[in-house]
Amino acid sequence: MARIVVVTSGKGGVGKTTTSAAFAAGLARAGHRTAVVDFDVGLRNLDLIMGCERRVVYDFVNVINGEANLNQALIRDKRTQGLSILPASQTRDKDALTFEGVQAVLEGLAEDHDYIVCDSPAGIERGAHLAMYFADDALVVTNPEVSSVRDSDRVLGLLSSKTRRAEQGEDPVQEHLIITRYVPERVGKGEMLSVEDVGEILSIDLLGVIPESSAVLNASNSGVPVILEEQTDAGQAYDDVVARYLGQQREHRFITEKKGLFGRLFKG
Amino acid sequence: MGFLDYFRAEKKTSASLAKERLQVIVARERGARSGPDYLPALQADILDVIRRYVAVDEDAVRVQVEREGEYEVLELNVVLPDED
Repeated sequence: MARIVVVTSGKGGVGKTTTSAAFAAGLARAGHRTAVVDFDVGLRNLDLIMGCERRVVYDFVNVINGEANLNQALIRDKRTQGLSILPASQTRDKDALTFEGVQAVLEGLAEDHDYIVCDSPAGIERGAHLAMYFADDALVVTNPEVSSVRDSDRVLGLLSSKTRRAEQGEDPVQEHLIITRYVPERVGKGEMLSVEDVGEILSIDLLGVIPESSAVLNASNSGVPVILEEQTDAGQAYDDVVARYLGQQREHRFITEKKGLFGRLFKG
Repeated sequence: MGFLDYFRAEKKTSASLAKERLQVIVARERGARSGPDYLPALQADILDVIRRYVAVDEDAVRVQVEREGEYEVLELNVVLPDED
């Protein structure tokens, strides 16, 4: 049985695709057969972030419509063994994803994968709904910023009511918080919500904090999931996220200020 | 706390303002979505009825469902305007 993980947020631009790519690559690197699926129909981008945009032949909607089978559409990642990508379609038809079609594709993927990571589009429309509907786990990606936190809370409401698990009265979707673009120095100055603030408002389990980092843009420029940039802060933070998700205990890093001697003297 | 903090004026940081605002809005939105689907329509109807008799503001009527043990209590709050 494959476990289905949705990466969601409500708000756009907070790091869903970056997180999906890093998380899926991390799971595969840990030896789990992983498929990562782009649900953002019309605005395909996971392929770019994963660096396989030139290898896209068939997509999610082609599989749903029976124009290609899963094996033809899945792109095997060249860097990480056991990692496959199912790209979104670039169609402008927003009804291209059907409930039955998504269900069939996920069932097909479940046959030979351990994890299916669903990269949700922003918003709360059809694509976002279908991305979360079949999920067992949810990674809720949030920036320490008012609109993102509010939208995440809205998404948490949907996860607990508009998913298969909720509708069938099963155990609820397990919700995990990932705070991205965190700047401890600004938190110290009272300019940014802290990890504790966001945790208190959303009250779900904190899986990890990804610091604001130049490594994320660098990685996306070159089409490499940032988790593979092992020397970088963001890469290490995502490595911690995957390890914690898989049950390891790891101390949270990158959440306190890097203080120089001067800073220590004056802010203690 | 560093010793410079003693010289800083007592000023609310923007982060604490953000937190307060979020706590209020999130609590209100959670309240709205935990209630039955008909609540917004019920609220609008009650507002219409009251407005036939009294001129009240859009937000004068508040409808909430609270759970107390085995019972669900429908709580209705109407704020009437001050009499001149």
